[in-house]
Amino acid sequence: MSGHDGHHHDHDHSELTETELRVRALETVLTEKGYVDPAALDLLIETYEKKVGPRNGARVVAKAWADPAYRARLLKDATPAIGELGYAGRQGEHIVALENTPKQHNMVVCTLCSCYPWPVLGLPPVWYKSAPYRSRAVADPRGVLADFGVTLPKDTDIRVWDSTAEIRYLVVPVRPAGTDGWSEDKLADLVTRDSMIGTGLAKQPKDIAK
Amino acid sequence: MNGAQDLGGTHGHGPVEPERNEPVFHAEWEKRAFALTLAMGMPGGWNIDMGRFTRENRPPGEYLAMSYYQIWFAALEQMSKERGLVADEEIDAGHSLHPPKPVKQTLSPGDVAKALYRGGPTERETNTAAKFKTGDKVRAKNINPLTHTRLPRYVRGHAGVIERVIGCHVFPDSNALGAGENPQWLYTVRFEACELWGADADPSVKVSVDAWEPYLEQA
Repeated sequence: MSGHDGHHHDHDHSELTETELRVRALETVLTEKGYVDPAALDLLIETYEKKVGPRNGARVVAKAWADPAYRARLLKDATPAIGELGYAGRQGEHIVALENTPKQHNMVVCTLCSCYPWPVLGLPPVWYKSAPYRSRAVADPRGVLADFGVTLPKDTDIRVWDSTAEIRYLVVPVRPAGTDGWSEDKLADLVTRDSMIGTGLAKQPKDIAK
Repeated sequence: MNGAQDLGGTHGHGPVEPERNEPVFHAEWEKRAFALTLAMGMPGGWNIDMGRFTRENRPPGEYLAMSYYQIWFAALEQMSKERGLVADEEIDAGHSLHPPKPVKQTLSPGDVAKALYRGGPTERETNTAAKFKTGDKVRAKNINPLTHTRLPRYVRGHAGVIERVIGCHVFPDSNALGAGENPQWLYTVRFEACELWGADADPSVKVSVDAWEPYLEQA
């Protein structure tokens, strides 16, 4: 890390403790100066730990599966369609929905940092931000899918979307067979986070049978 | 900049290792570093592109050895110091030692939900016409700026097709330097894997990037 930890390595405490202390120190200084309010920090954390997560995206996908008019609106202009369900804002200002089909599988990456559609998926998992995923998703997507235990037919085209600007991508996975007439709530249980990034597929009915 | 952040197509990083039932944060300090970064955007007065440039602008060995939130936190410290909002001796002491610098705005608890819901849209009005249209053949320019850019190395010099004219958006290369938003037309550009990676690449794979007009030339 720049500047501050090189001379501490021979001490007893771990790197993590160093970081913890440093974060605490900066928070205290910024709070004492009146730049941040710890209650606002708590709310930010609570929002992304408890309220905003992949369940939001699952509701969007389930609605698209169940409601053809909604699906059409979502694929035409996803931001307002997603806004209909109350999901909008930071890191989801301009969303595009990508529909997977037996002919084309879509997969999303941000090779340059960690761009991810927060309002519908929450904060990205560690692997999404990691060098292995960011380096290989664009050059060897089938290899990456294999890391997730996913094998697609050879004749399924793969389309990788590198989120290099402020457009955020949400994959609509293929609806599993045997789900005709299911409610949106029940359909949403089939929609995994990874299926909306394109590194996974939706669950099958047997996967959620109790 | 051609830094370690520009990872597309690089080798040797090993397999992707998803974590089962991964928590949103892995340590208390990650939560605080995350929230501090979001909350300091207002008083700090920096924009998202300045933030990204500060994160990536470090020696590649360091970048790759640091965790994601360590990088975020290092950038937050650096931007706060550069703008005179905090001093090294204050972080060492763990207390404010100097009077605060006046700032335009801070984030109050009552504004959190509103601010997140509003976000920071980057589309801008324009009276210029887009140079390219859907279906046009284009080539990503071979540019190697020392400063922030969002044109990854793996597409530079390669030919693709305009798939979508997205709109006119804030241009990160300018915005990161504090040189203004300088909005430019933005396009989704699609490349064949074989164009990017050579004849041995998987012919069933296509890759797209979102590229601003200054990154592109007619092919």
